[in-house]
Amino acid sequence: MAGGHVHALYRHGTSPLHRMQPEVKLAATLLFVVAVVAAPREAFWAFGAYAAIVIGLMITARLPAGFVGRRLLIEIPFLLFAVFLPFVGGGERTDVAFLSLSVEGLWAAWNILAKATLGASASIVLAATTQVPEILTGLSRLRAPKAIVAIMGFMVRYLDVVIGELNRMRIALRSRGYAPRRLGEAGALAATAGTLFIRSYERGERVYLAMMARGYAGSMPDLDERGGHAVQWAAASGFAAAAATITATAWVLR
Amino acid sequence: MSVPTVEATGLVFSYPDGRRALSGVDLHVHPGERVAVLGPNGAGKTTLVLHLNGILTPESGTIRIGGLQVAKEHLVEIRRRVGIVFQDPDDQLFMPTVRADVAFGPANLGLRDEELDARVHEALDAVGMADRIDRTPHHLSFGERRLVAIATVLAMRPEILVLDEPSANLDPAGRRELADVLRSLDMTMLMVTHDLPYALALCPRAVILNGGRIVADGPTREILRDRELMAANRLELPYGFDPSAL
Repeated sequence: MAGGHVHALYRHGTSPLHRMQPEVKLAATLLFVVAVVAAPREAFWAFGAYAAIVIGLMITARLPAGFVGRRLLIEIPFLLFAVFLPFVGGGERTDVAFLSLSVEGLWAAWNILAKATLGASASIVLAATTQVPEILTGLSRLRAPKAIVAIMGFMVRYLDVVIGELNRMRIALRSRGYAPRRLGEAGALAATAGTLFIRSYERGERVYLAMMARGYAGSMPDLDERGGHAVQWAAASGFAAAAATITATAWVLR
Repeated sequence: MSVPTVEATGLVFSYPDGRRALSGVDLHVHPGERVAVLGPNGAGKTTLVLHLNGILTPESGTIRIGGLQVAKEHLVEIRRRVGIVFQDPDDQLFMPTVRADVAFGPANLGLRDEELDARVHEALDAVGMADRIDRTPHHLSFGERRLVAIATVLAMRPEILVLDEPSANLDPAGRRELADVLRSLDMTMLMVTHDLPYALALCPRAVILNGGRIVADGPTREILRDRELMAANRLELPYGFDPSAL
C-alpha cells in the first residue's frame, strides 16, 4: 500500500504539545496566524517576538531544525512571487549594489516573506504534533460544519487508495512500453485521469451502499462532544493573547 | 419450526437498463445455519445480497428478516439485523480510524458514550483486532482490513452475517485465519463465494443461484460432488480436487 504520506507531516512524540487536545491547538494556531497577518509590516521587533514564540513551541515539541526547514520548502513557490516585487514595484526607488529596487516592492516582499514563514511555521508545529484524525476531531469539536468535516475525513481516508490506483495504472502503462516524448502522446495520460475519475466515482457509490447498509440516514453520527481541558485552554489562550498583544502594541507604537 | 432468519419468496428484480437479475428467488435460512450461495458471474448473487437489507427493492415478491418484512418503515431495524460485509474492505472502511469506523453503525442506531465504546471493543475483540483500534484503515494489511470490516457489522449485533466473497484476495494463512474467526462467531451466515473449498469448509448447506433463480439447494458436499449439476452452472472445483473423494 502506498501509505504514509498523509502522516508524513506528523512527528511522533510525547511532548505537552503532542498531548494537548486538537481543538485547542487548532484554535490557538488560527488566532496566532490572524495576529501575525494583522501586524504592521514596519514593526520588525514584533516579527522577532512572533518568531521567538514559534521557535519556543518547536523546542517544546522537540522538532529538529532540519525537519522544520524541509517542511518550510513548501512556501518557496509563494516566495518566488515576492522576489519579483522589488523589481516591478512602482514609486520611490533605492539602489542596492547595482540594482535599482522599488522601496514599496521591498516592503511588500518583506511582508509576504515574514508573514508566510511565520504562518507556515505555526502550521508545521500543529501538523507535526497532531495526527490527521485528531485534526478532524478537533474541527468537529470546534463546531465546524459536519458535512465539511465528513468530506475532509473521506479525503484523508481515500487519498492513499486513489494514489494506489493511479500508481497501478502508471505501472500498467509503462509495462506496455508507454514513454511519452511528444505532446501528441499525452492522450493516454488524459485517458488515465478520466478512468481514475470514473473509478473513484464508482467507489464513492459503493462506499455509499456500505454506509447505508450500516444504517446511514443522511447525517454522520456526532461522536465526540468532549471538550479540551480548562488548563490547556488557558495555556492556549495565553499563547494567543501574547500574539494579539504584540500585534496591538505594534499598531500603537507605529 | 423457528421463525426463519431469512425468508425470501418469489423475488423478481430488473435493473433500470432492463437486465433481469432475479427471476423468482425463494430462499429460507434458519437461525444458526451457515449457507453458501454459489453461482457463476452475473448469476444475481450480489443483487440478492442487496435485497436482504432493502438497498434494492424487488419488483415483486417479499422478503422477511426474522419475521420482519423488509420495507421502508423498518429499514433501520432491518439494517441492524442484516450485517453485510462487502467484498472490498476499502469500500466498507470509510472513516479515518478503526474506532470511528466500527462505531459508525451502532452510532447510527443511537448508541453513545460508554455503551458505544463497549460495543466497539466487543466487536473488535470478536475478530481479534482490539489492538488496532486507533490505527487508520489504510495502514492495516488486507487481511486485517477484512477482519475490521467484519467487526464494523458485528458492532450492530446482527442476526445474520452476509459475506460477499470473504476469501477473495487473502493469502492462504489469511484465509484460514478468517475461517477460524467466522467459525468462532457461531452466527447465522450467508456467504456468497466462488471459493468452493472455502464454502465446503465453512458451510454445511449450499444453494446455487443461476439465471436469477435458485437451481439447487442441499448439503454442500453433495452439491460439489454432483458433476452434472456443477458443469451446468459453470462451477468447477480447483485443480487437484477430486469430487468423488469429498
